Amino acid sequence: MALKLRAATAQGTTRRRASSSLARREELYGWLFASPWIVGFLLFTAGPMLASFYLGFTEYSIANPPKWVGTANYEQALLGKDAQFWPSLGRTFLYAGMIVPIGLAGSLLIAVLLNQKLRAVALFRTLFFLPSLVPIVASAVLWQWLFQPDFGAINGLLALVGIKGPLWLSDSRSALPSLMVIALWGTIGGSTMIIFLAGLQGVPTELHEAASIDGAGSVQRFFRITLPLLTPTIFFNVVIGLIAALKVFEVALVATRGGPNFSTWFFIVHLYQTAFQNIEMGYASALAGVFFVIVVALTAVNVHLSRRWVYYEGEERQ
Amino acid sequence: MTVRAMDRASMGSPAVSPRRTGQVTGRVALHLFTALLALIFTAPFFFSISTSLKSVTELHIFPPIMWPSSPQPYNYVRVFEVVPYGLFYMNTVIIAVTATIGNVLCAAIAAYGFARFRWRGRELCFLILLSTLVLPEEVVIIPKFLMFHIIPEMLFGYSWINTWWPLILPSWIGGGAFNVFLLRQFLMQLPRDLDEAATIDGAGPFRILWSILLPLTQPALATVAIFSFLAHWRDFIHPLIYLNSREKFPLSLGLRWFQQLPLEASEPREHLLMAAALLMALPCIVLFFTMQRYFVRGIVMSGIKG
Repeated sequence: MALKLRAATAQGTTRRRASSSLARREELYGWLFASPWIVGFLLFTAGPMLASFYLGFTEYSIANPPKWVGTANYEQALLGKDAQFWPSLGRTFLYAGMIVPIGLAGSLLIAVLLNQKLRAVALFRTLFFLPSLVPIVASAVLWQWLFQPDFGAINGLLALVGIKGPLWLSDSRSALPSLMVIALWGTIGGSTMIIFLAGLQGVPTELHEAASIDGAGSVQRFFRITLPLLTPTIFFNVVIGLIAALKVFEVALVATRGGPNFSTWFFIVHLYQTAFQNIEMGYASALAGVFFVIVVALTAVNVHLSRRWVYYEGEERQ
Repeated sequence: MTVRAMDRASMGSPAVSPRRTGQVTGRVALHLFTALLALIFTAPFFFSISTSLKSVTELHIFPPIMWPSSPQPYNYVRVFEVVPYGLFYMNTVIIAVTATIGNVLCAAIAAYGFARFRWRGRELCFLILLSTLVLPEEVVIIPKFLMFHIIPEMLFGYSWINTWWPLILPSWIGGGAFNVFLLRQFLMQLPRDLDEAATIDGAGPFRILWSILLPLTQPALATVAIFSFLAHWRDFIHPLIYLNSREKFPLSLGLRWFQQLPLEASEPREHLLMAAALLMALPCIVLFFTMQRYFVRGIVMSGIKG
């Protein structure tokens, strides 16, 4: 605390005497301390991205050096010569298109529930959060058994009410929805929900009190006060959730191995198979390039659209 | 709802108005609904724990038995006998702990550079750092694989494929963009007077970071450590592409390997598989319980600030 006192008196003089040599030293220290990240970025992000961009125009199977093939890889992908390219992309979009809105609505619902003054709220929060802590490999293994058609718990429960359950993961019609269930179980109560909860707790209570004096019911208050104030949080979760959904891979590889009959063959599964099973590094790099463009484009679209519906406090609304 | 509310009101507790009683019924309904949802979320745990305690004869019965007649906790020991699960555990702990230490140290140092010094290019670098937060790792996974294959071979004469280097080294060089970001946000909140006072007392920047700022950043450091540990514990895609010999597998690969072992028709092993999956999840859950406070605060920080 003596330190702090001295600091207070010394502060003024040091700030005024900021000489150029001091600034230069600060510059040096800044670079020096930030360098672990800078080097890491160059080595493990920027460098690989450039290499990937180059490799996307080559044919490369590791055994032989990369052979330049121009845009052949991109043509192969985009012009339908790769039978799984468009289907896997469409499937990934379908998956993301389902799981992002359902997941967000579910997370928001749970956050709203936990934001009521519930008894044992800490217990409830823990119960909802638990599934998100289970590693995806483990939850895929767990659900594989729950979905097991002959002896699994889900068909067992359905049998109680007289329904003969489907084959779930073993049927190409139900495999994709089943994977969505697994993924939703692992994400709805997780960090998205916690971020919503924090957002809800940031909504000033005065606004709610004022509105209810004016006769607004709780539903009206939710849609007119809470939701608009929550739009920045929703926007954040949409961006993060969409990217996470497009990357879907593990759950499919472990629970269905992309099957049956390619019904859960997602884009990253296709990329993995191409690169690390077929050892077509050039073509797989082109796939990675396509994926990068999709992620950047969708994020840009999200940011652009957000101007229409995201409301920041202190901002005028048209 | 209203009927019951009026009912109770008429039954006579004069202090409670009909409206209050209606609210009470509403609150009961709210609790019931939340409890029902929580039940749905917890049911998979119940069924997998139940399965993990079943004997072989109880496994393949339909409709399934809710709870085994005589639970077999020995199944959990069997997992370690049937597959080298102890080895997988050890491997995971070694990889996760070494990588986590690297992440925390590296991220703290880099965050200090971003939070406390003015340098040309800082804003640009920070912008790049933020954009890498949303960059999917899958985009660079192929060239990284090739790099870990080719460069060590050129330098040391052997490839790093099928070693733990590719799983650990990136944590020691870079620290993870998210971790740097989180720690920078924390460091920015600490008053600069601390640094200035220490400077006057003759402390260099490294000392300021180590003995003054980092002790005050402990909650954030704990968050980074937990996040990073969990991420490495759960990591699947990196071990999957880099490792191919079983004795180097972490749990994620070990569990999948167990799952895919060819099935001998005579001996079902779903109960052991459930036990193995739960054993993999258990440390994550325990860590959450013990560090819950930091955890929640950390997630909130990452989502809201900045």
